[in-house]
Amino acid sequence: MLTPALLLSAALFVIGTLGVIVRRNAIIIFLCIELQLNAVNLAFVALSRYTGIEGQLYVFFVMTVAAAEAAVGLAIIISIFRHYETVNVNKFNVLKW
Amino acid sequence: MTDILFILFAVVAVGGAIGVVIGRSPVASLLFMVATLASVAGIYVLFEAHFLAAIQVLVYAGAIMVLFLFVIMLLNLGHDYRADFRYGSWSLLSLVVVGLTAGVLMQGFSGDVGADLLENGAAAAAAIDAAVVEKGAVGVIADPLFTDYVVAFELMGLLLLVAIVAAVVLAKPRGSGEG
Repeated sequence: MLTPALLLSAALFVIGTLGVIVRRNAIIIFLCIELQLNAVNLAFVALSRYTGIEGQLYVFFVMTVAAAEAAVGLAIIISIFRHYETVNVNKFNVLKW
Repeated sequence: MTDILFILFAVVAVGGAIGVVIGRSPVASLLFMVATLASVAGIYVLFEAHFLAAIQVLVYAGAIMVLFLFVIMLLNLGHDYRADFRYGSWSLLSLVVVGLTAGVLMQGFSGDVGADLLENGAAAAAAIDAAVVEKGAVGVIADPLFTDYVVAFELMGLLLLVAIVAAVVLAKPRGSGEG
C-alpha cells in the first residue's frame, strides 16, 4: 500500500501547487499551502510504516509549524484587508518590483 | 477491505482537493478542505497512525479550519462569488509548473521504492506494532518526543509563543490602545 499512498501524496501536492498558482484570493492560497503540507505529512506517515516511528514525529512537528504559520498568515491577511479592503493578491503589489 | 477503504478515502481526498482549487466561494473551498483533511486522517488510521489521525481531526480539521472560517466571516468574504482565477499566461505557467512537479514526483514515487526498504519494512512495522501494544498509541509517539527530540519539542513551544505574539501584534488595529 506504500506506492498508492505516495502517489496520492504526489497528487495532493500537485493540486495544492496548482491552487497556489491559479487563485488570487489570499485565503484560498493559504488553504492550498495547507493542502501541500498535508500531502507531505501523508508521505511521512506512509513511509514511517516502513522505516520507524520518527516519520510520525516529524508529522507532529509539521502540524505545529502549520498551526503557527496559519495564525501568523491569517493575522497578516487581516492586517492587509484593513488597509486595502480586499484579499485579492493582485491588489497589494508594493513589494512586487 | 483495507484497499477498498483506501480507494474511498483517496477519491474523497483528491475530490476535495480539486474542490478547494475550483470553489467559487471561500467557505465552499474551506468545507472541501475539511473533507480532504478528514479523508487523510482516515488514511493515517489505515497506516496505524491512530494518534496522528486524532490530532489531524482535532487540530487541523477542527481548530485550524475554524480559524480560517473565523477570518472569512470576520472579513465578510463569503459573499464575494466573483471568480478569482488567473487566466492567460498564468494558466500556461501553471500547467508547466504542475506538469514538471507531477513528473518529478511520479518518477520518484511510482518507481521501485527500494527492495531493502520493503524488506526492512516488515520488521519496522512489527516493531511499531509491538511498541503500540506495550506503550499505547500516544506513548509510542510521546516516548521519543520527550527523550530524543526534547530540544525540538521545547523549540516548538517557543515557536508557538512567538506565533501567538506575532498574530496579536499584526492583527491589532493601528493606533488602538497603548504599545
